[in-house]
Amino acid sequence: MNELMALFLSMALINNFILSKFLGLCPFFGVSKKLKSAVSMGMAVLLVMVAASVVSWLLYSYLLEPFGVAYMATVIFILVIASLVQIMELAIRRTNIQLYNALGIYLPLITTNCAVLGVTFINVREGFTLVETLVSAVGAGVGFTLVLAMMSGIRERLEIADVPVSFKGMPVAFLVAMLLGISFLAFGGMV
Amino acid sequence: MSVIENLKKGIMKSNPVLVLLLGLCPALAVSTSLDNAIGMTAAVMFVLINANLIVSIIRKWTPDRVRIPVFIVIIASLVTIVDLTIQAFSPDLSKSLGIFLPLIVVNCIILGRAEAFASKNSITDSLADALGMGLGFGLALLIISFFRQLLGTGTLELFGQTLLEVPGLLDNPMAIFILPMGAFLVMACLLAFLRYMGVIANE
Repeated sequence: MNELMALFLSMALINNFILSKFLGLCPFFGVSKKLKSAVSMGMAVLLVMVAASVVSWLLYSYLLEPFGVAYMATVIFILVIASLVQIMELAIRRTNIQLYNALGIYLPLITTNCAVLGVTFINVREGFTLVETLVSAVGAGVGFTLVLAMMSGIRERLEIADVPVSFKGMPVAFLVAMLLGISFLAFGGMV
Repeated sequence: MSVIENLKKGIMKSNPVLVLLLGLCPALAVSTSLDNAIGMTAAVMFVLINANLIVSIIRKWTPDRVRIPVFIVIIASLVTIVDLTIQAFSPDLSKSLGIFLPLIVVNCIILGRAEAFASKNSITDSLADALGMGLGFGLALLIISFFRQLLGTGTLELFGQTLLEVPGLLDNPMAIFILPMGAFLVMACLLAFLRYMGVIANE
């Protein structure tokens, strides 16, 4: 149990996907202007990450590896993610229209989010078991959502801040990311 | 637009990393040394040029509704080729680029150029576009990794040869530049500098 907890903390905080692994930077800078949309995006990523991790782990362990075609992983994983995103979009639209209105526009963007494909690769490369895969996917998704939400809160304030003209917008967002990264270094001693 | 214009626009005016802010993940993650930057650029350029070429060739026969999945499969196959080739011929490079090698699949530059340019333009134009975008990506990576390697380690190395050593920095390098945060810092200063100089527009 302790090891799983350590894995969760490591994925969510210590080796945070955005701040220390550089995965999912596009939505991090693109969708972090409003707190509400950042949280929705984070939730959508979390959902897809967990589903994609489990499905791709099962396919890799029971299909690709036994038949010696592990080199097909890149093609298979991206297809799994693309089709999962489609299925989830349809499913959410049928069952919960409110959730669809909140997450709908973010779902198609997730196909090309490297955080999702990244977590599926990390799971098989590290040789995780199914339970570990599940924990690492949830940890990665929670960490992603957390940092995205923090970033959007800061950027809402930055809108009204007096920033030098050359730094307005993206450059100052990169500086904020750097400071967030430094503060996340403190989690390094936790595990 | 002429071939030359298509080639030129990717390098500065719509540089994928510095202006369009696409493909940030690999650009920031592997820019810890010049070697990595060059390796990554070569891999991305191979995929980008071939993807644009193939997409442009088949653009008239690709049904509109399934074009994105078709592009993704083409790109994923090309990435698999690059990944296996680098694993075979340069295991060290493969190790240091790590997970970012297979992740070229989801590099927004490649899918973006296939969808926005190659699916609508002739083969020559698409090739010029891919070459320009690839060079622009490489230029941005080289600039970022130049500062990160120089300030973070005090030396500048290229393929095992030392190009430059800064005496004071060598003993006390500014380690933050090698850490992930350093990439954000360099990127922030670089963007602000380019804006200040008027190379790219202010917001």
